[in-house]
Amino acid sequence: MAEFKQADSLYEWFDQRLGIDKFVKVMMTEYWIPKNINFLWAMGVLLTVMFTLLVVSGIFLLMYYKPDVAAAFDSVNYTIMQEVGYGWLFRHIHAVGASVVFLIIYIHMFTGIYYGSYKKGREMIWISGMLLFVLFSAEGFSGYMLPWGQMSYWAAYVITEIFGGIPLIGGDLVVWIRGNFYVSDSTLTRFFMLHVLLIPLAIIGAIVVHFYALRFPHVNNEAGEFFDFDEEAEKYLAGDKKNSKVVPFWPVFLSKDFFVLGFFLLFFFYLVFFHYDFAMDPVNFDKADGLKTPAHIYPEWYFLWSYEVLRGFFFEIAGISGKSLGLIAFAIANAIFFVMPWLDRSPMVKPANQRPYFKYWFWFLIADLIVLTVYGKLPPTGANAWVGFASSMTFLVLFVALPFITKAEAKKVGGK
Amino acid sequence: MKEFKILAIIAALVGITYYGIEPYAHHVMHPEVKAADFTFKDLKNVDTSLAGNTENGKALVEANCIACHAIETAGHPALMPNADAAASYGVVPPDLSQAGRMYDKNYLANFIFDPVSAMKLSHKYPVGGAKAFPMPAYNWMTPQEIMDVVSYLQSVAPKVAEKDVNKVTFDAACGRCHSMSYAKFEATTPKDAIKAYMGATPPDLSQYIKSRKEHYLHGFINDPQLLLAGTSMPRVGLNEKAQEEVIAYMEEVGDSKKSERESVGLWVMLYTLVFAILAYLWKRKIWSEVH
Repeated sequence: MAEFKQADSLYEWFDQRLGIDKFVKVMMTEYWIPKNINFLWAMGVLLTVMFTLLVVSGIFLLMYYKPDVAAAFDSVNYTIMQEVGYGWLFRHIHAVGASVVFLIIYIHMFTGIYYGSYKKGREMIWISGMLLFVLFSAEGFSGYMLPWGQMSYWAAYVITEIFGGIPLIGGDLVVWIRGNFYVSDSTLTRFFMLHVLLIPLAIIGAIVVHFYALRFPHVNNEAGEFFDFDEEAEKYLAGDKKNSKVVPFWPVFLSKDFFVLGFFLLFFFYLVFFHYDFAMDPVNFDKADGLKTPAHIYPEWYFLWSYEVLRGFFFEIAGISGKSLGLIAFAIANAIFFVMPWLDRSPMVKPANQRPYFKYWFWFLIADLIVLTVYGKLPPTGANAWVGFASSMTFLVLFVALPFITKAEAKKVGGK
Repeated sequence: MKEFKILAIIAALVGITYYGIEPYAHHVMHPEVKAADFTFKDLKNVDTSLAGNTENGKALVEANCIACHAIETAGHPALMPNADAAASYGVVPPDLSQAGRMYDKNYLANFIFDPVSAMKLSHKYPVGGAKAFPMPAYNWMTPQEIMDVVSYLQSVAPKVAEKDVNKVTFDAACGRCHSMSYAKFEATTPKDAIKAYMGATPPDLSQYIKSRKEHYLHGFINDPQLLLAGTSMPRVGLNEKAQEEVIAYMEEVGDSKKSERESVGLWVMLYTLVFAILAYLWKRKIWSEVH
């Protein structure tokens, strides 16, 4: 054991034992972030704040929520929304927060794609981020079931039914997931467990990995420039702050994030108090009824694009049923972003608008995802079904084409 | 400037997506709700311009109505408990105390003349069908007599205090069939009886202000068949004021924290605005050292 000298202050006492000084330096004042960034670089901090808001509001909801099909609906809509002081506030923050967190996740994700922040050493940042996306999706889906409204029930029914399409084990798998032959009390209780324990734990773990993964390759910057962080940090510490290409996480980077956060929260709270229907579907204020199918069943908006890929294939091709094709396409859609770093064969780390071919690919993808999202909500009848098919095919073709497009781009720019 | 451009692009993309999945999708999925018709102009069996004679109406009501209907405010209590009344008629017959206040005059007159056509329930009670509506048509009365009855019912309708009126109207207009569990109110017709009478248990209305929304409720209550063809819910015939009272009550019960939400919302946004401005000023100060 190291020799300890008598501490002169409480701070020193803790510092001797916990290395506070060093910890603060490593985590905050000497954690270096590029200076050349715009407000899109604040999305990570926004997401951290949103996750905190969801955890805190969730803890309050957990005190009154009852995971039982006979009690769940009223425990949310009566006990929490009407009897508990400010229970409605926690529910609104939780429900709207769950929706808005996906908006920020998508902005965060497509910022990464636009600036090429997933390659040349940043692969693990990207993969851990995609893992977070999948975990948040599972968290969103399991949470949506809990109020036990009509849409909770029927979305749970439709989504768990999807697993039935997996060859050989499909039927058994659905029963295993539901804990019953139909969506029932056992389904609700296990999704409750997933929502409040297992998935949040996994999310926290994945966030730690995601933050850690940033440490070695460092945060990308607006120009995609590679430079020596140690050299620039020395410059900064020596007092040449204006010429250094980096800033410390605290206070410089965070001061900008807080500013972005402030205006984002203004928007968020407007939605929480005055415009929450998009996140709290009116249909879900009818109690779940397994004998009464709603006229239109649709998932929350953030799942619509992949849902549309699932149902885009509505007819048999080469002897494979539309349902199977849809399921295959759906599986691809949910996995394909993970391998983005390897599908992009171009060495360029630049904003998309400076990449000769990739820029077209990027904006095509955005347009296609918007079409998929909008048509994912509309009834899949008549022309809508064909728009769904065309946009689903476009999605798949875009990813098949990506390696070729970026290979051609690499050739054109000559390895730069 | 560049950051504003980025913000504008994101706002445009989010805006297009939002428009597609909310207003546009709703427009595609939900039928248009026509404005409510509070004059019930399709009902023309009775000339409602005739001035009613209250005294004669009283005699007619006492001879024709109170065998089944209570009129508490005129000293005619219910003849039997709700369960027995439901067993006898299928549904508890309404106490008519509020009828003159709640129902549109034209609707009420035409209802007395022929209940089934006024309620738009001829698909459920076809002429000569197996089931008959428990109240017979009083189409043998002259228009003058019917208007006398209407005039009498209007005269006995009490003035309800402002603070109670929403609940009183709801209970009288909806409460024989619909429960409102979040107000600890149970339909006066017992559960089994109303299920047998209507074909299905009428829904508990506690959350209908949220699941159906005010606009839809206005159209639906005014003319259920227009929005849900074939439903066994009758056209109720409420006048505009009474219908607003019913919907206000549904909001009081179903969205009881609305005013708290709106006032807290303003304070939270004001607080956040101050935070955002301070954060901006702090950011300017900090970044002036590094730029």
